Amino acid sequence: MILGALDQFQDGLRFLFESRDSVAGGVQVGGSELLPLLGEHMKVTLYGTVLATLLAVPLAIFLAHTGRGAFAASSVANVGRAVPSIAVVLFFSAYLGFGVTNLVFGLTLLAIPPIFTNTFVGIRQVDTDVVDAARGQGLSGLQIVTKVELPLSLPLIFGGIRTSFVNVVATATLGPLVGVVTLGDPILSPGVYGAAGQLGTAILIAVIAVAGELVFAGIQRAATPKGIRRSDPGRARRLGRRAQLRASSV
Amino acid sequence: MSFLLAQIELRDRTGGTDSCVLENGFCPTWIRENLSEYVEPTQRHLELVVSSVALGFAIAFLLALLAHRRRFLVGPITGATGVLYTIPSLALFALLLPITGFGFLPALLALSGYNLLVIFRNVMAGLDNVPAEAKDAALGMGLTENQVLRRVELPLAIPEIVAGLRIATTTTVGLAALAFIAGAGGLGGQILTDPNFKSNIVVAGGLCVVMAILLDLLLVVAERVASPWKRATA
Repeated sequence: MILGALDQFQDGLRFLFESRDSVAGGVQVGGSELLPLLGEHMKVTLYGTVLATLLAVPLAIFLAHTGRGAFAASSVANVGRAVPSIAVVLFFSAYLGFGVTNLVFGLTLLAIPPIFTNTFVGIRQVDTDVVDAARGQGLSGLQIVTKVELPLSLPLIFGGIRTSFVNVVATATLGPLVGVVTLGDPILSPGVYGAAGQLGTAILIAVIAVAGELVFAGIQRAATPKGIRRSDPGRARRLGRRAQLRASSV
Repeated sequence: MSFLLAQIELRDRTGGTDSCVLENGFCPTWIRENLSEYVEPTQRHLELVVSSVALGFAIAFLLALLAHRRRFLVGPITGATGVLYTIPSLALFALLLPITGFGFLPALLALSGYNLLVIFRNVMAGLDNVPAEAKDAALGMGLTENQVLRRVELPLAIPEIVAGLRIATTTTVGLAALAFIAGAGGLGGQILTDPNFKSNIVVAGGLCVVMAILLDLLLVVAERVASPWKRATA
């Protein structure tokens, strides 16, 4: 049984590198035929993540800076987690019709809560002493936001974008349900692509998600201002964990 | 156009003469008449959520106790569960199929896997936040390490542990909607019986949200019951 599973995984990997006939024949699938699917997948993922960032970050900064909306933020984050991605994606396509725009719309909505919550928590957790010191030095409200609060919360903001990116890569696999042929097609239609197609594409998507996570982790580290990059790694880890915990429990 | 849509056998919408249903609107009448269709998928969904949160909690809790005593394990466990957490659910279900075959098992394994990181991290944080004075006092009164763990550390870690369970539960309700790919049914499978009918999407998606809110409330109540000393001060 183990050997059988290994064979299947091997065949799945082969599907990624060599094209073959579809199950019913007549159409080539796999290998280079996957490139358009990959392109479509990355396109909707990038649109969704970028749009969500542009919408969520300014709003969260405004609300956190003025100290309003903490309750709304926590409710959105909590309920948002439970709404099934498949329902969101299908809901908008049922109302607005099939196509890339409406898929991106759904993906954007799903990507907003993690970015919003992390930005909100990031701004709120900036030490009030630091903000007071900045105000005492004569910085205006806008300057406090751009020169103090924003840089100090960049690590958490990028943490939110990282979470959303991975979520959106995952959710974009539902694209074929609304007429956008992403990498989800071989997973959702093993009857056409075969079991090897389903498995191989699943491996590919897992690799993309993990790679994205690593890239964003690198960006997150690079974006951390030197002043809060602790020389003592133990302390940094504890602080990071506490901030993360607060972000996830909001 | 996707290949999939052609394959799904669309169920005839009962009450097909109703103009609202024909025009694919949001139809309260249709929903009232067809609500019984959703009972079985909802039960199935609930089974998936409860069993996978329970299994995920059991494993993560044991891992946390282990790492609590042997600190060098914290990094590797966080890393491994983190990678698991990153793999998209639809892909993970598909990856498990060659090993487990179709059905409840791959869904259970994948969904429990997603809970490990959150619960592990929160149990560890709860144990780490216990004041050293409390532990010292307990040791001074002659309690053994194990007694300190059971009578002092774990009770004081309850808020963080429950916070982790709440996140894990609401997340799993959402993720379980994709378990159809593993052949495990649930409300996601119900959505796909008629994936473009607005009423169907709203009812099935709404049931997920209601389920998440109810389970969340249940956990909040459980936390209060499990920590009576908090109620006394409140």
